[in-house]
Amino acid sequence: MNTTNWTPDQPIVSLRDVHKSFGKLEVLMGVSLDVMKGEVICIIGPSGSGKSTLIRCINALNDIQAGSITVEGQEVHAPDLDKLELRKKVGMVFQQYNLFPHKTALENVMMAPIKVLKQNRTEVEVFARELMKKVRLEDKEDSYPGELSGGQQQRVAIARSLAMRPNIMLFDEVTAALDPETVKEVLVTIKELAADGMTCILVTHEMGFAREVADHIYFTDRGVIVEHGPPDTFFDRASDPRTREFLSQIL
Amino acid sequence: MKHQKNKSLFKVEKSSDFAVMLPYTPSGGGAWNVSDMLRYSFKPQMGWLLFGLLGIWLFADTAIAQVQGDAEQTILQTLIKWTPLMFFGAPNEFGGFILNIAVSFIAMAMGTFMGLWLGIGQVSTNHWIKRISWAVTQLFRNSPWLVLLFYFMLLLPFTVKIGGVQYDIPGWLKATFALSLPIMANVSEILRGAIASIPTGQWESAESLAYSRTQTLWLIILPQCVKRMIPPWMNWYCILTMSTPLISILGVSDGMTLTQDALAAEGRSEFLIPMYLWLMSWFFIYSYPIAQWTQRLERRFAVNN
Repeated sequence: MNTTNWTPDQPIVSLRDVHKSFGKLEVLMGVSLDVMKGEVICIIGPSGSGKSTLIRCINALNDIQAGSITVEGQEVHAPDLDKLELRKKVGMVFQQYNLFPHKTALENVMMAPIKVLKQNRTEVEVFARELMKKVRLEDKEDSYPGELSGGQQQRVAIARSLAMRPNIMLFDEVTAALDPETVKEVLVTIKELAADGMTCILVTHEMGFAREVADHIYFTDRGVIVEHGPPDTFFDRASDPRTREFLSQIL
Repeated sequence: MKHQKNKSLFKVEKSSDFAVMLPYTPSGGGAWNVSDMLRYSFKPQMGWLLFGLLGIWLFADTAIAQVQGDAEQTILQTLIKWTPLMFFGAPNEFGGFILNIAVSFIAMAMGTFMGLWLGIGQVSTNHWIKRISWAVTQLFRNSPWLVLLFYFMLLLPFTVKIGGVQYDIPGWLKATFALSLPIMANVSEILRGAIASIPTGQWESAESLAYSRTQTLWLIILPQCVKRMIPPWMNWYCILTMSTPLISILGVSDGMTLTQDALAAEGRSEFLIPMYLWLMSWFFIYSYPIAQWTQRLERRFAVNN
């Protein structure tokens, strides 16, 4: 592992010609992209185009058949990968929040640093309360996930990921399951995170949001990246007919 | 008027004589269990009706005997005479109905302990542990309890030698062990099912938070399984309790054996039905509240989930 060779001027996440298939179904057919430290990138595209699979490969939730994915210079799909090390660096938030229902919001945030990283409980608690404040849920610390709205649960999920102090955050359609009125509170949280300099990779259907926060937009369709570019160029002067068709349907 | 509004023809009511009027509740494809069977085919009133009839019959019998000046014992007197033996066993040995209850407790405890480990074995990532756990579960889940009882009565030794001292293994203990095996297998399946019913998102989010598989299982998945497991586990306790009279076939002095002994001592065939009904009522009085409680828990947990 060449972790030590990585310097911040190199891409923090780098995909090279990634191929992924589920059985005979090819989902990713040669995807390459680079993300620099502190960058926010949005991956958009029609359903079934492989967006979610793409970001799940970055923290090794899915394996790949060919190509290379590196995170801070470390090859994610090396057989000797230290998954613990990788997942300490890469946080992930899911569409269905996936909070642990038998624990309170604060416990959800505190559990991983205490149990996985074996950190001191009192220190973790201080940091966890700070995070709950950051996602504006300091009054919901003792609530169970079942007592929270979707938007609140999703913000707890974000705080839970941040408790591991990751360098990169992956967001997999985090607003897709939410009521329209709670979407905004989650997006605001992500925007603040991006403003703090967190490297974010988002799969999203929120075009307005993508345009506002993203440094770079990638459009995927049928397992390949069709087009990418800075948001203004992408949304106003898309060159590929598939991108233009998709955007005309959405916007 | 509020009352009339609620009685509207088109409103779906929770209680209705017409099945089509009831809100649709998917059965989930799950297997029927004791509490389902009780709920749908055995109304609580039926149990009380049974007791009522038994009481009236015994009372009438006593009254008739008194009127006729019959010298022989009435059914009620006979029942009272044999009740201590049927309930507590012979004075110098462990037996009777309380032995049935003791056997049910011990077999349940042993079966649950073994079954939980077997269930965890069924979801092991180790291929062999998984296959063997599965095979053991299937073997004991699909074997007749009586055959298991005979098998282990004959298989297990009558005595063991520990440090030069010979200990007798009482028959009831061997029978208890045999009865714990199907419980083990069913608890194993309940646990496997409970684990499988936890959404995969729980595993994924734990994985992305760097939990190991073992940590995920013990800290996140299993605590969520407990609630789901309690109602089916209690069902199996009821089934086990009501199956304990099987051990009478192997000569253990349980409530059933002693009832048979009492009948043989009396030698009067008209006592057959009341005596067995008397014994049955004890099992009913013991099991029925547990079944009711199970139903309550099932409902409560269903709402909370």
